[in-house]
Amino acid sequence: MTREMTGADMVIQTLKDQGVDTVFGYPGGAVLPIYDAIFQQNDIQHILVRHEQGAVHAAEGYARSTGKPGVVLVTSGPGATNAVTGLTDALLDSIPIIVLTGQVPTFMIGSDAFQEADTVGITRPCTKHNWLVKDTDELSGVLHEAFHVATSGRPGPVLVDIPKDVQFATGTYTIPKPSASHYQPPVKGDLESITELVAALEKAERPVFYTGGGVINSGPAASQLLRELVDATGIPITSTLMGLGAYPASGKHWLGMLGMHGLYEANMAMHGCDLMINIGARFDDRITGVLSSFSPNSTKAHIDIDPSSINKVIRVDIPIVGDVGHVLEDMLKIWKSRGRKTNAEALVSWTRQINEWRKVDCLKFADDKKVIKPQYALSRLEALTKKYDRYITTEVGQHQMWAAQFLNFEDPNRWMTSGGLGTMGYGFPASIGVQMAHPDALVVNVAGEASWLMNMQELGTAAQYKLPVKQFILNNERLGMVRQWQELLHGSRYSQSWSEALPDFVKLAEAFGAKGIICSDPADLDDAIMEMIEHDGPVVFDCLVTKHENCFPMIPSGKAHNEMLLGEADTEGAIQAGGAVLV
Amino acid sequence: MSALHIKKGSTRHSAYNLRPTFSDVQERHTLAVLVENEPGVLARVIGLFSGRGYNIESLTVAEVDHTGHLSRITIVTKGTPQVIEQIKAQLGRIIPVHDVHDLTVEGPAVERELAIFKVAGEGDKRVEALRLADIFRANVVDSTLNSFIFEITGAPDKIDAFADLMRPLGLVEVARTGVAALLRGD
Ligand SMILES: Cc1ncc(C[n+]2csc(CCOP(=O)(O)OP(=O)(O)O)c2C)c(N)n1
Ligand SMILES: [Mg+2]
Repeated sequence: MTREMTGADMVIQTLKDQGVDTVFGYPGGAVLPIYDAIFQQNDIQHILVRHEQGAVHAAEGYARSTGKPGVVLVTSGPGATNAVTGLTDALLDSIPIIVLTGQVPTFMIGSDAFQEADTVGITRPCTKHNWLVKDTDELSGVLHEAFHVATSGRPGPVLVDIPKDVQFATGTYTIPKPSASHYQPPVKGDLESITELVAALEKAERPVFYTGGGVINSGPAASQLLRELVDATGIPITSTLMGLGAYPASGKHWLGMLGMHGLYEANMAMHGCDLMINIGARFDDRITGVLSSFSPNSTKAHIDIDPSSINKVIRVDIPIVGDVGHVLEDMLKIWKSRGRKTNAEALVSWTRQINEWRKVDCLKFADDKKVIKPQYALSRLEALTKKYDRYITTEVGQHQMWAAQFLNFEDPNRWMTSGGLGTMGYGFPASIGVQMAHPDALVVNVAGEASWLMNMQELGTAAQYKLPVKQFILNNERLGMVRQWQELLHGSRYSQSWSEALPDFVKLAEAFGAKGIICSDPADLDDAIMEMIEHDGPVVFDCLVTKHENCFPMIPSGKAHNEMLLGEADTEGAIQAGGAVLV
Repeated sequence: MSALHIKKGSTRHSAYNLRPTFSDVQERHTLAVLVENEPGVLARVIGLFSGRGYNIESLTVAEVDHTGHLSRITIVTKGTPQVIEQIKAQLGRIIPVHDVHDLTVEGPAVERELAIFKVAGEGDKRVEALRLADIFRANVVDSTLNSFIFEITGAPDKIDAFADLMRPLGLVEVARTGVAALLRGD
């Protein structure tokens, strides 16, 4: 099918043909023709954010909660530069988003025109790929290719820069087949290596599954296959921050999250295992601790769709390049056809050992009758919201780690957090994107007061579109995670980690026409949370919590998995000079 | 050893042998990267090397397939075997990259570089420069009463050796193209 139309109409037509229903954006001079085309149609809803960074995080939230790519439309120059943090965030977390930017007309490129920026130059290192389209006849091909690239292989953000004259001019609209693209990352894993992995699994005495965001990105079928494999083999499973929900937290073999603030049993299992099966994770430094003593006695298998993830930081013995879903399917098939064997006897004593570790009860905390402990707030939030159709986003800091520890995820795509980049200001706009995709769901952003202020302007967006997003702010009046590091590493010299001059969050909410709730007494907390849940509209919940609480367990920088700090008593001199230089 | 191909058309030995031997020894590898000839593709390759802290010893690029819009980038790089594997895998992630070949692994390969040397001098030095140029099969492409420009083609170390000899004889300036390389045989 080919048709003549303007570049601006091609943008709309491509979005329709790609099944896009929502675009997050902000207009400006260089995208006016596209906004004019948006005005003249009703198929695609445009959500007007209050800052372009918010648009990108909202698109990320939309993408992560649906499995579909998120779409952003912004203007040239400052519109594009404001999108850079979101693009980098999506790149590090492998989130498929398509960002469309306006550009000055082709004949003005290079002249330092008003609102001109070298957008493809600036975003080259923070996109999976980007394009500057100089000819309307090429626009539809590039736009469709952009969707193909963003969503195939390891997903990621892409950007298409469209000069204003290209939007105005008329050209031929075509829909290229994805199969015509030379970019065709293979999805099937090498069967020989998968068989080698199955053979290792059958013999392993202390195996562990270490899963990550790749399972979620692979789609719901991958999570289903993972559950089947774990439950059939009885092998314990842990996950990175990015992978929570792929295996249910209520599942029998669930160890909890691993890593710097992961659970004792999860990290100890990683340290002591003899077979580590990494499925869609990338041996991130938040996970491994010091490399020289990372899981010293294990055979390591790694399933990843991106060959560059393999052997990047940790040398593995059984590398398998492929899509998690495809590889798990083959793995299950091979395992069943070989007679469903496991080293049952050894697994019994491995499970016994793990149960010993569980008894440490590493998430226990000293409760307080007078002040709300952040851990208490989150366990109440968990108890009161778990029966809802619930989605959680977070900001970045201590609250994020406590949320990962104290909230339980039963399904994939329910947990949206900035893992790789650790972007404060992510959670609020992300919650808006999630709510757009799931209008009837309960969407809660677990926030810190400092992070939340970074994109609080999006309260205008939530109010305008009547999005009932719940902003659950654990307000410790501190840049808590920074303060914790200063306490442990810099002699409690709290340099600039105070949140001073905080707003009255209730009044702030009301100023935007939203509801504000403040709570400081543990006895009132349940009622206040219920009030938040039951309010039909956006809520800003100011939950005043302990100011100097530290987040445990913690693997200090430069230490190994079996050297976790479990509480205040362990912190004395915990991090020596060598670790202090690490982030 | 499982050889994994991540780009269509990778031939002979895969450049993606994911089970490298780990060692601290710095190796010099010559990579041939076939890329779509589109704007910015060189910036992507160079940006990858600078962004991730890899070395570039030499880099050449030119369109080699006009109808297919393909360019060939030849990169000489140095690193431990693990870093070399990373470089190849990272290059493979660049969307307009069609193929990555490690000629050092897939070899033997022929490597050639073209260089031009300006040598100024008089009397014996001038005669000696001409004599050595002849031994190295360098051509005189320009001459004045007190200078020559020699053109020489060869493997990089031959050109290095020629430069060493010309230095005491009045070497003024050198321009080198960087390495172009092909696998031997068919
Ligand atoms: C954009 C950005 N700037 C700085 C940081 C460094 N940083 C990490 S956590 C943190 C403090 C966050 O404070 P808050 O949101 O109140 O959360 P808390 O740790 O107190 O729960 C800071 C400044 C960051 N992650 N992101
Ligand atoms: Mg705080």
